[in-house]
Amino acid sequence: MRLKSSLENYIFVLPAVLIFVIFYVIPFIWVFQLGLYEWDGILPTKVFVGLDNFKEILTDKIWWQSMWQAGYITLIALTLQNAVAFLLAWACDREIKLKNFYRVIFFIPPVLSEVVVGLVWQWILDGNYGLLNHWLVHLGLPNLARNWLSDPNTALTTVAIVHSWKGFGWGFLIFLAGLQTIPRELYEASRVDGANAWHAFKNVTIPLMIPVAVLVAILTILGTMQAFVLIIAMTGGGPAYHTQVPVLRILASMRGSSRFGYACAQGISFGVILMAISFIQYRFSKHARQT
Amino acid sequence: MIHLFLLSVAITCIFPLVWMVSSSLKTQETIFRDTSLIPKSFHFENYYLAWMEGGFGRNFLNSIFYTTSVVIGIIIVSSLAAYAFSRLRFPGSNLLFFMFMAAMMIPIPGSFVPLYVLLNKLHLRNTALGYILCMINVGLSTSIFLLKTFFDKMPKELEDAARIDGCSKLGIWWHVALPLAKPVLAVVVIFNALNVWNEYVLALIIFDSKPLMPLQVALTTFQGEFITRYPLLMAGLTITALPIILVYLLMQKYIVKGVTQGAVVG
Repeated sequence: MRLKSSLENYIFVLPAVLIFVIFYVIPFIWVFQLGLYEWDGILPTKVFVGLDNFKEILTDKIWWQSMWQAGYITLIALTLQNAVAFLLAWACDREIKLKNFYRVIFFIPPVLSEVVVGLVWQWILDGNYGLLNHWLVHLGLPNLARNWLSDPNTALTTVAIVHSWKGFGWGFLIFLAGLQTIPRELYEASRVDGANAWHAFKNVTIPLMIPVAVLVAILTILGTMQAFVLIIAMTGGGPAYHTQVPVLRILASMRGSSRFGYACAQGISFGVILMAISFIQYRFSKHARQT
Repeated sequence: MIHLFLLSVAITCIFPLVWMVSSSLKTQETIFRDTSLIPKSFHFENYYLAWMEGGFGRNFLNSIFYTTSVVIGIIIVSSLAAYAFSRLRFPGSNLLFFMFMAAMMIPIPGSFVPLYVLLNKLHLRNTALGYILCMINVGLSTSIFLLKTFFDKMPKELEDAARIDGCSKLGIWWHVALPLAKPVLAVVVIFNALNVWNEYVLALIIFDSKPLMPLQVALTTFQGEFITRYPLLMAGLTITALPIILVYLLMQKYIVKGVTQGAVVG
């Protein structure tokens, strides 16, 4: 009777477990196996090369360049994007009247696909016919007009800003939810104690928002380091590797140079780096919560 | 001051979309010269051309089909599992649940490489079924988590009553648990629907043939082939963005709920 009941209960989880094992667990194991082979993905024969793929990564200049570039985009997202998100949330938390209206509007970019966002901005930023350059010329600033996405000096920063435009809505919603959990009495109390708005902000808002800020930072880092579809739609990684990022390199190793083993090795290395970052952040957030 | 700041950011959020729609109504000749926001004449035929000639009609229907199939699949598979993890006893249930949760935490960038190999072996590459199964797996862990959290808090009295009335376990899941879970199911539906509609990279590696592609991949393919046909591209982008914006505006309270809940998860 017990046994029959247990078997019956397994039926509930069976579909989920089957799909999960086939499409998550098996590929997960294969990444580690394939990383040790040189294989074009088509021929039945794979050549075992041990850790050669990983050694090659160490000296792969474009791989490390793409890593730094993803880091640069992440840095802009962490500072510019999250500062804007926080300021907007703070402003909305005080201003009650149109709060819902702004909340709806600010989350429109995050619900759009990266392809749509990328292609629309690419059109606006087009060097010859783009609206931005047109406006700059009309405002009497023709010197500022340039090929935003094909000039190596501006391409990466432009991509990073569009990425921030698309992403700030997430931080905004989480910050706003956090701000709304702060009891109003705390502000009242600090006003009674004679503190001005700035003091209340410094002594009440900031300390209570640190855990939320750490959470937003973790989500921003993990999300931004792995972002690449927006870049495919805007620049395709160019000009001359200037907007390449790690996941784009993995895709290129697989589809461009048909090196499945190397692509898997790149995926593992990058995954380990991401895990390390989130672990450090997790420890840091625990520390911040205790103090 | 604060109002000005909020308003100016709000305008930058909306403006690119307005410009997209405006560009989609211009002609191949006027689009490069006419920089007015409201075009002198409205060329709605671009939408017809994008739908028929550009092939976006087919891709639109594909996207609708993939999104509904995946969402229905996720709802059934994940609610069954979440209900079992919450209410039923069987050996190994904790371990299995932990496995799903671990998958949420561990990032595997480039997991599309072994998935491509796997689908090739199963002869599921370049098929709708292969894509749908992959996407069900993508949404599984978070959906199970959200649903289990809900079932854990749900009072047991109704299920007990149904059991006394002779309802089977599957019957209780279908007649009692699922109807009660409607608010959280709405969150699961909306987030997975957005996710599938906007998904790009799996569709890119799985589909070779254009008639099977969803909109997102078809758009980049179109842009690669007809680099200067901006009015049609903009019409295609509008066709892609519009359903998402409408769904979002209708369901936005569930989205806010989902984001704040999801934030607590992390």
